[in-house]
Amino acid sequence: MQPENLTELLRKHPFISDLEDKFLKTLLSCASNVTFSDDDYLFREGEEATKFYLIRTGRVALELHGSERGMIRIQTIGPGEVLGWSWLIHPYRWHFDAIAVEDVRAFALDGKCLRTKCEKDHDFGYEMYKRFSQVLENRMKATRLQLLDVYGLDRIERG
Amino acid sequence: MKVIERKSMNILFDILREKGYKIVGPIIKERAIVYDELESVDDMPIGWTDEQDAAEYRLKKRTDKALFGYVVGPQSWKKFLFPSRLKLLSMERNGKEFKIHENSDTVEKYAFIGVRGCELNAIFIQDKVFKDGEYVDPYYKKVRENILIIAVNCTEPKGTCFCASMNTGPKVKKGFDLALTEIIEDKKHQFTVEAGSEKGEEILKKLPNKEADEMIKIAVDKLMKSASRKMGRKMDTTDIKELLYANLENPQWEDVAKRCLTCANCTMVCPTCFCTTVEDVTDLTGDNAERWRRWDSCFNLDYSKVAGGNFRTSPKARYRQWMTHKLASWIDQFGTSGCVGCGRCITWCPAGIDITIELQAIRNNPIKTQTK
Amino acid sequence: MHEQVMTQTNIIADPMMPQLIRISKLVWETEHVYTIYLSPNEEMERGFIFRPGQFNMLYVYGIGEAAISISSSTYKTKTLIHTIHKVGTVTSALSKFKKGDYIGIRGPFGSGWPVEQVIGKDICIIAGGIGLAPLRPVIYSLLKNRKDYGKVYILYGARTPQDLLYRVELEQWSKLFDVEVHVTVDRGDQSWKGNIGFAAQLLSYIELDKKNTVSMVCGPEMMMKFTVEDLLEKGLSAENVYLSLERNMKCAIGLCGHCQFGPKFICKDGPVFSYPEISYLFEKKEI
Repeated sequence: MQPENLTELLRKHPFISDLEDKFLKTLLSCASNVTFSDDDYLFREGEEATKFYLIRTGRVALELHGSERGMIRIQTIGPGEVLGWSWLIHPYRWHFDAIAVEDVRAFALDGKCLRTKCEKDHDFGYEMYKRFSQVLENRMKATRLQLLDVYGLDRIERG
Repeated sequence: MKVIERKSMNILFDILREKGYKIVGPIIKERAIVYDELESVDDMPIGWTDEQDAAEYRLKKRTDKALFGYVVGPQSWKKFLFPSRLKLLSMERNGKEFKIHENSDTVEKYAFIGVRGCELNAIFIQDKVFKDGEYVDPYYKKVRENILIIAVNCTEPKGTCFCASMNTGPKVKKGFDLALTEIIEDKKHQFTVEAGSEKGEEILKKLPNKEADEMIKIAVDKLMKSASRKMGRKMDTTDIKELLYANLENPQWEDVAKRCLTCANCTMVCPTCFCTTVEDVTDLTGDNAERWRRWDSCFNLDYSKVAGGNFRTSPKARYRQWMTHKLASWIDQFGTSGCVGCGRCITWCPAGIDITIELQAIRNNPIKTQTK
Repeated sequence: MHEQVMTQTNIIADPMMPQLIRISKLVWETEHVYTIYLSPNEEMERGFIFRPGQFNMLYVYGIGEAAISISSSTYKTKTLIHTIHKVGTVTSALSKFKKGDYIGIRGPFGSGWPVEQVIGKDICIIAGGIGLAPLRPVIYSLLKNRKDYGKVYILYGARTPQDLLYRVELEQWSKLFDVEVHVTVDRGDQSWKGNIGFAAQLLSYIELDKKNTVSMVCGPEMMMKFTVEDLLEKGLSAENVYLSLERNMKCAIGLCGHCQFGPKFICKDGPVFSYPEISYLFEKKEI
């Protein structure tokens, strides 16, 4: 994939749509274009978190294995969304399995490479953290809402 | 304006009875002045008065033999227009099918004796709820069409009265058949009478009466003006709706909540409260069922139950619901305040919570408005 | 030409008097939710006339009444359909009924979804759990008059894949080339290949024309609260967002007082409201 094409495609992704050109270049130096087939695992719980993904098409499900309950899928990440922030936060290990539930096309970004860049250029680091804190917040809100179990039988209705 | 003597009151009762009215009015029962059937004028609380304050109600003997020398007790006229228990429907089952019948019991023709200004306005307010809206309560309408109202101007307001603030008294202005003002001066015991309708005119003609002279007119006028000034409480109703809507999260509600027992007394004694619930019951065979309507209260915990929960459980939320409905939301719903200033909720609250004081507390300490 | 729905409602002479209706079918949708199909009696010559969003009071002999939204099509008046969550005494008793049994109904009551007022707009329907039931008549109307509207989105969230309602119809709708359907669940299993996440999350997968979109939302109040927040964040104006609220109902005619929400009676001023009508109450607790 030629760098110019990658730039165009990358720029279109909501996560980095308003990133300054010089920072986009930095990101690009750590980026590659990847595809996964239905039922491929992108990463496993416990593995070192070396990448994160900007999903272009398709859907990835986060899975947890709770011993007696078997496998539970707790969230899906779809087009335009971001998969994985554990590469940015110590101890840099995945907390879930991620499995493609459809054919997936995504940008894979090298976490180790980017961590180094963040240390060297704090302005770039700041842009990354700004965006990821937004991702974390959205994910937190979504998780809380799922936790509320609003459709459950024993919910309390409060205005 | 006419004047009648005390003994004409006995004649009035005879006339009403002849006309087939069931006479209901003030009578002492269980040490309070309530409304119930009156066999004669002697059943009335002659020579009694009431002393009222927050959480206090006592009867005291007067030095005269006034018929109407008190204000309002724990019951209101809604007892007759809007009974606490009413059968709505009866059903019979026949195999898989069942038949439903409306309640077609005949209704009484009432004559209300001694309706005060606040109470008359409460009846108008309930008219708007039950009779003048999109859906009409057929029982209320039937009873209401047949009642005869003998109103009374209050000359001695009591400790919790604030009808003057709510513009509902002490003088009755309209909507009555006859309006009386009791005057006891020296040894004379008289009533001024005004007819407010054709029915009233007709009855007045049958009573021995004479034209009211200037002196009496002046005396009545003085009495009413002085009564307006002797109110036990007052309420500032300026922009009351906007004030309460803007203060739904005022900390004052938490303060009230510490005192409120959610006993629902206020809603039972209030002459305008109209919340009800519906109960379906069957007999032991299951072949006959009935649907009954009975009074409910927004203070009851079950009141706001929904499938899967209850959205108004705290006493704070329930008190707030009652007070903001009564003083603010009612205006949006029916065009008038829901409160007539009768003071019953103050008198009969076991915790002595005073709606006029609570409102003033919010007025004194409103939430600062935030610019959007 | 927009086919006119008969907007005149079937007001019964005495709104407190139930009419007898026969059940023609009872079908279980999920473990706790069932749908009953009712046939009109002889007095109802034109069948059941109602507006999408209205509800009936369903009476079970000797037990009581429950307020349930209507889920049938306003164009198919010979069958009245109600989808019911088995959760209380009345709905539990009703769930045991079979074809040929009788119940009483009163209604229809309440305000409806603004189906005619939004002609020409893009419509985004967002339903949570049983909230799809009161919205289904809208979907039927939109599809019947498809060319009168712009884009149509149906976003639906349920607790688990087993709790999805109207699965066959959802599939049919998603196959239509001029309707976009997205479904999500709160938790999934290995067999679920769809979205997992909160209902409003589905908004990130579609691009709404914020000036020209009207959204109709129905579900548990918590879900509606957050969904409305997200819709407003996406730039929709408040008056283009409609909700259907639920409260305890005894009389359904604004006389018993139970369904009050601030000054609004949900049974007669609602259950459908445009967001500005109730926004100042919605954000407060225990109203």
